[in-house]
Amino acid sequence: MKLTGAQIVAEVLLDHGVDTVFGYPGGAALNIYDELYKYSDRIRHVMTAHEQGASHAADGYARATGKTGVVFSTSGPGATNLVTGIATAYMDSIPMVAITSNVDNSLIGRDAFQEIYIAGITIPITKMNYFVNDVDDLEMTLRNAFRIANSGRKGPVLVDITKDVTAAKTEFTNKPPLPLDPKPSPTKEELAEAVRLINNAEKPVAYIGGGCISSNACEAVNELISRADIPAVHTLMASGIVSYDNELNLGLVGMHGTVAANRAIDQADLIIALGARFSDRVALNPKKWGRRARILQIDIDASEINKNVHIDKCCVGDVKEILERMLEYVDKAQHYEWHERVCGWRTKERVRRTLNHGMDPKEILEAISTMCDDDTIYVTDVGQHQMWAAQYLKFRKPKKFLTSGGLGTMGFGYGAAIGAQMGKPDCRVVHITGDGSLHMNMNEACTAVSENLPVITVIFNNSVLGMVYQWQTIFYGGRYSSTVPHRKTDYVKVAEGFGAHGYRAENIEQLKAAMADAMKQDGPSWIECVIEPEERVLPMIPGGKTVEDIIVE
Amino acid sequence: MAKEMKKKIVSVLVDNLPNVMTRVASVLGRRGFNIDTITVSSTGNPDITRITMVFNVEEEVADQIVAQIAKMEVVKSVSVLNREKTLYRELLLVKVNAMPDQRDSIKNIVEVYRGSIINLTTTSLVIEVTGSPEKLDGFMDLMDEFDVVDFCRSGVTAVERNLQTDHGLE
Repeated sequence: MKLTGAQIVAEVLLDHGVDTVFGYPGGAALNIYDELYKYSDRIRHVMTAHEQGASHAADGYARATGKTGVVFSTSGPGATNLVTGIATAYMDSIPMVAITSNVDNSLIGRDAFQEIYIAGITIPITKMNYFVNDVDDLEMTLRNAFRIANSGRKGPVLVDITKDVTAAKTEFTNKPPLPLDPKPSPTKEELAEAVRLINNAEKPVAYIGGGCISSNACEAVNELISRADIPAVHTLMASGIVSYDNELNLGLVGMHGTVAANRAIDQADLIIALGARFSDRVALNPKKWGRRARILQIDIDASEINKNVHIDKCCVGDVKEILERMLEYVDKAQHYEWHERVCGWRTKERVRRTLNHGMDPKEILEAISTMCDDDTIYVTDVGQHQMWAAQYLKFRKPKKFLTSGGLGTMGFGYGAAIGAQMGKPDCRVVHITGDGSLHMNMNEACTAVSENLPVITVIFNNSVLGMVYQWQTIFYGGRYSSTVPHRKTDYVKVAEGFGAHGYRAENIEQLKAAMADAMKQDGPSWIECVIEPEERVLPMIPGGKTVEDIIVE
Repeated sequence: MAKEMKKKIVSVLVDNLPNVMTRVASVLGRRGFNIDTITVSSTGNPDITRITMVFNVEEEVADQIVAQIAKMEVVKSVSVLNREKTLYRELLLVKVNAMPDQRDSIKNIVEVYRGSIINLTTTSLVIEVTGSPEKLDGFMDLMDEFDVVDFCRSGVTAVERNLQTDHGLE
């Protein structure tokens, strides 16, 4: 059967079970968009306000559903606007296929209108990318894109297609999706050594990262820690793997992690790293991090071994598969003394808020958590609100906390929340943001209105760029360079201007009332919570320091 | 304190695609390491290309760079070549201004290095020498005495010895 390039794009999407895509049309993408129009009964296209929003939406969709996020754009500025979204997905290992159109093959390399070499631009931020200028290569290239995005350590792949290719016809073979690449797998001996380390440890800690979510290892991780009585710390990316109320869960580790989590890493004799990469926000001082411990790393990406921290033993492969192979050999254990010590740190943990006026960020998040069920998906932007959300929201399940951990993309939240809501229409989606982050991509409110998505945006408005402001307070003598913008934005009016619902809360009661009302709406809502500029995220371990230097008040 | 740098010769088999050299080289560029030489050459398989790179890196990051190259979609295999077990060669072309009275002494040096004079005019000559990078360095040192106008080195290409059939012949 002969199909056009644009038809092949649509058919390959259908082959891979893609029913929702995000994007923005344009001249070079006209053929593809014409086909999306004809396939609109099977592929739903969500048009955003800006391509960046579309890329974050595809990312949020992937994070919430575990499926591949797909984003379309036209050539030139359409393609460059995807860059931040692709880089965000790359840093957090999110499977995404970005399909960009380019100018006609005859114009390539001639600085044509809206021509950009997007394949060159995205080399360092994709697992692989392709420039397709022959329709005969298109089908296999797209199939490879889906294979690569989902094989091994997941990530984004970009396919750039010239406009003439989208119009040209060729034979479509209609093959099934390509099988994923075989996963690396440790030998029996390697597994036995890993098990021996675990069984011999007296003060073990599990250090859980986002890889456990990618590999669906939630059950296996919980089985391991409960079987061998292993206290667990988690990264920003792994919130919800271990339920917040599990007494083995010591909470977030790293710069703004709990005292208990950081102290446990410092005192442990074995750290079991599960799909985690020892980033500089966790291993703040890589020479001293886990200094008393042997480190066992389980990760699917061999290039993560010994990257930031010296590893004593590693198993390269899928976390879930490896844990499932190991579990029956892991001794049931009780580390009474250790358990008592670390869980004691946990229960005694108090971060003192020094301000006694304005809304307390912790209380805001606890109020929201109480009003929403366990299936609620929280999506954040980046900054203080993100850290508070990670610290104070109560997660029982994975894939419920979507945040830009690696790249730290302010402006990620709204698009991602829209994507999450499209992928999980039955779940409540709450977008937690700050006034700084919201100003970056608040334009996506129009998308949430167009699609009638009941996303609730909670704005922590401290009128400053809180996280940078906090650093300027602590490390820069209070010289608030470009962090106090004196904006006069009226969030209620802006929300209403977009056709959304707007609320303003100056205390917890008003917040609860606004939440209750927003939860009844069909469309999107914004709730502004007024907080003080002096609110700080604590605890805090400054970069390069250790738990000994932790600031708690 | 400057960290100790080690010279690495890495041989990478990659898909024969446009951009493939950029992809591989960008792993080093990202970390601010210079590539001393890079050669891209065909193999017996038209779909596969060999990239041979020589670069200086800190010992502790060498393995990680190799692992990062190894995981790229376009990369089929990577090996860090062991200098003792590897045959590596480089080609040098040197253009020297030389009057007839200097030609004999240049010719003598070229003979010792088993090179050849591939172009000759009344005032200049072009010399071709092949060998290990160290041999070419040595040759260039001797050429310092003359009026070298220009020179060009191809970069290293390398292959590991086959130990069973190797009789020590070079």
